[in-house]
Amino acid sequence: MTQPVSEAVTFTIDDVTLTVPKGTNVIRAAEASGIEIPRFCDHPLLDPVAACRQCMVDVVDAGNGRPMKPQPACALEAAKGMVVRTAATSDVAKQAQCGMLEFLLINHPLDCPECDKAGECPLQNQARVSGRETSRYTGAKRTFPKPIMVGQTLLLDRERCVLCQRCIRFADQISGDSLLALVERGGKSQIGAHPDAAFGGYFAGNVAQICPVGALTTVDYRFQSRPFDLVSEMSTCENCAAGCEMRVDARAFEVKRRLAGNDSTHNDEWLCDKGRFACRSARGADRLTTPLVRGTDGRLHAASWPEALAAAAAGLASSATQGAASGVLTGGRLTLENAYAYSKFARTVLQTNNIDCRVRYLSDEETAWMMFQQTTGLPPVTYETLDAANHVVLVDFEPEEECPMVFLRLRKAVRKRGIGITAIAPYLSHGNAKLGAGLLACAPGGEAAALRGLTRLGDNTVILVGERAATSPGTLTLLSQLASTRQVKVGWIPRRAGELGAVAAGCLPTLLPAGRQTVDVGARSEFRDLWKVSEFPNATGFNASNMLIAAAAGAIKSLVIAGVDLADLPDPNLAVSALQTAFVISLEVRESEVSAFADVVFPVAPLEQQEGTFIDWTHAQRKVVPVDRHDANPLTDLRVLGALASAMGVDLNLPNPKEALRELHALATRPVAAVHMSSATPPPIAWSEGNVILATWRPLIDDGRCLDGADSLRRGAPKVSVKMSPATATGLGISPGEHVELSAHGTRWHGPVELVVGMAEGVVWIPQASGASVHGRLIADSGERVTLSAGGGVL
Amino acid sequence: MTDMLTPILTQTWDKPRSWKLQTYLNNGGYRGLRTAFAMTPTAVIDSVKASGLRGRGGAGFPTGMKWGFIPVSNPKPKYLVVNCDESEPGTCKDMPLLLASPQLVIEGAIIAAYAVGAHRAFIYIRGEVLHVIRRVRAAVEEAYAAGYLGRNILGSGFSLDITVHAGAGAYICGEETALLDSLEGRRGQPRLRPPFPAVEGLYASPTVVNNCESIASVPAILANGSAWYAQMGTEKSQGSTIYSLSGHVRKPGQYEAPLGITTRQLLEIASGIREGHRLKFFTPGGSSTPLLTPAHLDVPLDYESLAAAGTMLGTKAMQFFDDTVSVVRTTRRWVEFYQHESCGKCTPCREGSWWLVQLLANLEEGKGEEGDIEKILAICDQVSGKSFCTLADGFVACVTSAIAAFRSEFEAGYRLPAWELFPYQKSALFGQTVVAPPPGVSISQEPPRPRRRRAAAQGVIEP
Repeated sequence: MTQPVSEAVTFTIDDVTLTVPKGTNVIRAAEASGIEIPRFCDHPLLDPVAACRQCMVDVVDAGNGRPMKPQPACALEAAKGMVVRTAATSDVAKQAQCGMLEFLLINHPLDCPECDKAGECPLQNQARVSGRETSRYTGAKRTFPKPIMVGQTLLLDRERCVLCQRCIRFADQISGDSLLALVERGGKSQIGAHPDAAFGGYFAGNVAQICPVGALTTVDYRFQSRPFDLVSEMSTCENCAAGCEMRVDARAFEVKRRLAGNDSTHNDEWLCDKGRFACRSARGADRLTTPLVRGTDGRLHAASWPEALAAAAAGLASSATQGAASGVLTGGRLTLENAYAYSKFARTVLQTNNIDCRVRYLSDEETAWMMFQQTTGLPPVTYETLDAANHVVLVDFEPEEECPMVFLRLRKAVRKRGIGITAIAPYLSHGNAKLGAGLLACAPGGEAAALRGLTRLGDNTVILVGERAATSPGTLTLLSQLASTRQVKVGWIPRRAGELGAVAAGCLPTLLPAGRQTVDVGARSEFRDLWKVSEFPNATGFNASNMLIAAAAGAIKSLVIAGVDLADLPDPNLAVSALQTAFVISLEVRESEVSAFADVVFPVAPLEQQEGTFIDWTHAQRKVVPVDRHDANPLTDLRVLGALASAMGVDLNLPNPKEALRELHALATRPVAAVHMSSATPPPIAWSEGNVILATWRPLIDDGRCLDGADSLRRGAPKVSVKMSPATATGLGISPGEHVELSAHGTRWHGPVELVVGMAEGVVWIPQASGASVHGRLIADSGERVTLSAGGGVL
Repeated sequence: MTDMLTPILTQTWDKPRSWKLQTYLNNGGYRGLRTAFAMTPTAVIDSVKASGLRGRGGAGFPTGMKWGFIPVSNPKPKYLVVNCDESEPGTCKDMPLLLASPQLVIEGAIIAAYAVGAHRAFIYIRGEVLHVIRRVRAAVEEAYAAGYLGRNILGSGFSLDITVHAGAGAYICGEETALLDSLEGRRGQPRLRPPFPAVEGLYASPTVVNNCESIASVPAILANGSAWYAQMGTEKSQGSTIYSLSGHVRKPGQYEAPLGITTRQLLEIASGIREGHRLKFFTPGGSSTPLLTPAHLDVPLDYESLAAAGTMLGTKAMQFFDDTVSVVRTTRRWVEFYQHESCGKCTPCREGSWWLVQLLANLEEGKGEEGDIEKILAICDQVSGKSFCTLADGFVACVTSAIAAFRSEFEAGYRLPAWELFPYQKSALFGQTVVAPPPGVSISQEPPRPRRRRAAAQGVIEP
């Protein structure tokens, strides 16, 4: 699609001549040239409403030789020859702005000393700059009962509100959760939430950030700090692979809140609620502070670092002398630098390629896809690619649940450019419905066939595929063919922030850092030289699933595990028997199920103390900046691994994250041979028997441990239900609302039935990792056959 | 004097059962429509342009020109909306018109819809006037039954459906874009312009919004020719219109006369101010038009002359106040109305009206302070021309014009309650006693007095 050539318009503000594209509003043009115009309702990413009238400017000449009455700059389109004067050069504009401020303040409470916004409040700042020195208002101020809840995470103090409607417009225009509105009228006007449906969704926290006064505050930051006591850093969110820039505010080394950064290449000025609120998980009583070593009594005891390092080194050495291999599970949450340290540690210290960053359902096809993606020089799909696409196909991917910022970008493209979205999914989810997506209903496993049936491919189509594609054989093979022939652009979006970084760092059984294959003899000698080691493993390693099978069978004697949650693994029972059998070293921030089985536990620093890099789904490197700097040399995974390597007589030679990144960058400058995927379609997965096909994915707000401490956010999690089509329910003799039981592999899950029209037949959907505490747990993956029976009671 | 009246819109008001279709037909109804159907839509627009008809809702925009703005090439459906959300203090022309000759408005709407290519028209009527809504609905049913609405009207090939929509009781919905929001089922609030309704109006489609009286004026123009219509009135304000006289006149009511008649002439027809009193001030066109004094009795009541006198023709709602009336109290009551009706969207209107009511209440109650008048004028200046729509300009106009003409009366509010200077009982028209607020009770405190629920209209009204 060709971009229309925009016409330029030349006009004057405060005697400065500006040339802007036609259609630019005066306030944007002023901003771009550094001319300040105060505003409350205007926001560059929201449509203008011209409600607050604070941005009034004097239009000396409308471009036709005639003056206009004062106009709001936010809704005034710059015209050829227009002459505009702001408060800097016009008394008319100055008085208009001063008058507006006086009006806004007559009913505004003088509660700045206890208001969270004070110190970073546009109203306060503007009152200082252009307001009157004293108030002329002598009447009683308007009051409201305060505060009221608007959703689980937000509080509203209505008397502070200036009715700019930024929150309403955000809900309508950006997130699509239109549950805020103006209610009452005139002086009694106020922001109101729907009485039956609280304002929620996954983006509600943004309205508190864009509120220009202290009216909307978040439950978790209210009365927590003064803005001037905060130390801020721009960093990257670790809660998904979106790579959102955020501002982290800490007071006395403790993170108080997180705000969206301003990065038009990624998250614009938005942040999802998980990114905003899920930052307190490392504050609980389960935070590890000292190493733990399992004693002869079979229990973990606090130990000194030399003691723990010696115990760990001895354990690893003993499994090596027994001729058995070791394995490394890195999870998907590590920074690039830490992942590189694990990768190097596995190869140089443990002499193994048994390393995998995936703690979820995985397949050999997916491993091949990751290698293909890592080694072929296909241009990465970025947020800008989405902006410019004509058609986006979603395969095994729910943008709002799995990468919320992709959802917002798509919604922006739908709203601004009317692009088409096609969802290949079992049903049209709430998020995809907000995108106006067309549904290609498909049972899990049928995605490749559905993709082949799509006729509108080409014509600037982008396919976004999620990590669930591993459960659907053939999907990634087909996508690699489409991407290689450059028919379409394909973006693979994992859920976890560290997964792509781990792949780049070589945390795969088939890949060394920077896209080198483990089977490549030349690469092996390259690394031998680079890492200054004499020995180097040459066999392809086990992937995570095989590692656990091998460990349970005793073929792998020791496991090094980095912050893995057993519940994330496709078969937690297998994992438990593997951990019981092997010698386990766990590096983690908080005690976990893994530490219960570990022989040595090393505490590592939480992310807010670390510096590092994430590689987001667009393959961009995003900086992580330490906010909690009370420890000048925090115990990162990299440092602990270095100490452990020393204890085993090997120099890991990674004194700090910068050095790890330097080594990686040096490697990345050399080209690698592209590894293409086999064109043969892999065989279908041999699932066990059942009467329905399970579809499942993790909602953004689930039972995951990183949400610990974000209680208000968890309260707003969607209700748990079993979704199925009316025909499927009829076929099974089940009525809506009835409780049913799903079972597989001896595990059970209960929930009420919800009918979804248009859903693929014979499929039931439940949220993954949600409601576990209420409903029990089902060990089964998307695409698997499970048994559904009526009348499952509430546990 | 009554020979100065030109009953065109009001022609059949005194006929028995004037609201029935048959009465309307017996008096030449639907002649204009047949004429229009014999013309092309463009010719109809040209004819209305030539007649000089201007909007009767207050702004006075040329009706034919408004129709001409509808883009013919736009593939979206076109809509006609008849604005009958009459609710400004003093304005009372559309309701009696709809009550007495609803078919006139329906015929006008069909002609207008034909001219702009609309196949769906909405008559938006203020929700409180249930009897009028019932009557218009019945009239629309009659018109459907007689083939004036629906498919292929009178064999012309033109089809039109009319929906009678009851508003929810907000003055702001008389503002055309707020009306459109309300009609779409949203909160009634004015929209940003551009886009203008002619381009993106109802459901983002080209829409003409015309005042009820403007639409009712169309059939006669088509039936009798634009030249006939244009010869009435003045050179620039052509045609005939309804003046609504109320207040302290002996014979209040609707008087239809050519534009350009003077207040003195209208007052003579209405037998003057009530016995024993003198005219003190009046509004030419509702509370939002700056008030005039007896010095302006000979100003012709047309768009240009009133603008020259610093006011507006508005809705021609002429409220007369005699020498018993406190201008401070009147102004306060007006501004209270605007405060109550401000939609709250923009700051100057919402907060300005809130503040002004408090200051005016103080002046009425004799609790004003030196400097209050300057403060009031400063507030008016801060509001004037800076609000989102013209609602706020309406209350600014009545306050500033009242102070300009009767400043000393406002100054008296620094010392004396208005009821001592102008005992309110003396202004009462129908023998009822208006009680002053007891001293010490400020009416300005929020929450304002609860809105009285008016009992539904009593009695049976024949549809």
